[in-house]
Amino acid sequence: MDRIKKFFSTFLLFELLKGMAVTGRYLFKPKITVHFPEEKTPQSPRFRGLHALRRYPNGEERCIACKLCEAVCPAMAITIDSEQRADGTRRTTRYDIDLSKCIFCGFCEESCPVDSIVETRILEYHGEKRGDLIYTKEMLLAIGDRYEEQIAKDREADARYR
Amino acid sequence: MLCSAKLSWKNCDGDGWSVLMENIQQYFVEIFGTEWGSMLFSLATNMTFIFAIVIPLLLGVAYLTFAERKIIAYMQIRVGPNRVTFFGIPWLRGWGQPIADAVKAIMKEIVIPTGANKLLFLLAPVLTIMPALAAWAVIPFSPELVLADINAGLLYILAMTSMGIYGIIIAGWASNSKYAFLGAMRSAAQVVSYELAMGFALVCVLMMSQSLNLGDIVNGQQGGSFLNWYLIPLFPMFLVYLISGVAETNRAPFDVAEGESEIVAGFHVDYSGMAFTVFFLAEYSNMILVATLTSIMFLGGWLPPVDMAPFNLIPGIVWLLFKIAFILFFFLWFRATFPRYRYDQIMRLGWKIFIPITLVWIVLLGSIMQLPESIRNTFPLNVWF
Repeated sequence: MDRIKKFFSTFLLFELLKGMAVTGRYLFKPKITVHFPEEKTPQSPRFRGLHALRRYPNGEERCIACKLCEAVCPAMAITIDSEQRADGTRRTTRYDIDLSKCIFCGFCEESCPVDSIVETRILEYHGEKRGDLIYTKEMLLAIGDRYEEQIAKDREADARYR
Repeated sequence: MLCSAKLSWKNCDGDGWSVLMENIQQYFVEIFGTEWGSMLFSLATNMTFIFAIVIPLLLGVAYLTFAERKIIAYMQIRVGPNRVTFFGIPWLRGWGQPIADAVKAIMKEIVIPTGANKLLFLLAPVLTIMPALAAWAVIPFSPELVLADINAGLLYILAMTSMGIYGIIIAGWASNSKYAFLGAMRSAAQVVSYELAMGFALVCVLMMSQSLNLGDIVNGQQGGSFLNWYLIPLFPMFLVYLISGVAETNRAPFDVAEGESEIVAGFHVDYSGMAFTVFFLAEYSNMILVATLTSIMFLGGWLPPVDMAPFNLIPGIVWLLFKIAFILFFFLWFRATFPRYRYDQIMRLGWKIFIPITLVWIVLLGSIMQLPESIRNTFPLNVWF
């Protein structure tokens, strides 16, 4: 009996019709696509995007050239040179991040004792020629200056988990 | 002539169209002389008719690709192409996509692989698309509208669709690549196997209609409503034909020849640019051809489903196009639904299931048709035999 039943259900394409009914139903379901440039998916405050170097409210740059980030970087994307300034503090003369090497792991941000190097929410950036993705200290500071409000808010939101 | 040779036909008696054609013929005869005139006239009308078929067909292919991407996207709850538009009109978003794709393909280089047989390599796409387009010559779009109203129309179609295999095999061989060759072997074996089942299914249609002429086949399905279509008495053959048609055009779920997740693109893996596009055009125009043949053989061609006031006022060609679109939608639906058959499963389905079914049905149909009329008349609701 079972064999007869199986014979008829394969012969009448029963299972195929069931499959087609599923796709047929989905044809009319609301679509879940996010139309990217117009719509964006929500981001976490921990989002790890483009890097930035922050400053203190008085305008002094935070980075003290401890080179912890350079040491921890698994992709060896960070290059730092430093010197002693006239006031006796140590500061960077060079802080390059090669974004074509960077794997956006966030270790640099985690290792930073003064919250200087951070990863922002920016993900839409590009380079058009070789070298465009090597970000220098000036560029990173400029990003930090521009998005300081958002960066500070995200650190604040995440502070109690750190 | 009743009228002057000028192209005015409003004051003439009789059917406006035929009188216009007669006048144009007269015009040709006056310019080129009797012999050359009529020859050039038939050449000109045939060329016009060919372009009138091929250009809408190629446009149909372009928009079939768009429909495919849209429908499959919708079935996968995506939205599909929705960016390219004409002149920035927002409600046409996505409709420019096939045009953009075509332009891109034309601009690209045709790479000829080292060691490829150059002549055969370039000949193969032509050999593939030629039969796909030539088969349209005998398709009747309405009772009058057919380019070549030949008696052996169905035979011509079968011959033409079989020719397409040469293009596939030559493409696979000329590429000088083992992957292309493997794809060509698979594809050719598959097409040859399903051609048999397809042919047997069509034999049933021939037995019902007693004619090889496609126009006569459609006329044989006349009789008031869709109950007279061969779809009803030959329903299993309709399914066999439809499924074989999917296999014949190497479409999913029978696309092992192409199998993008296994052997990338099968026989046309080494083709690029316009040469690839020609294969693409051939595949899709074959799809439309199979859909058209299904509509003509089983769904009553240009006939309306019910021969009553609102339906039979719509011109026949609209009904035919509607039926073609309906079958094509099923092609896309299959692709969105079914996983790919394994190669041995395809062969088993073709040789061990379809061919026996069709043979049994032929014998059954033949014996029913040979019954004396007095017995056949006792069948309830019989409108076919």
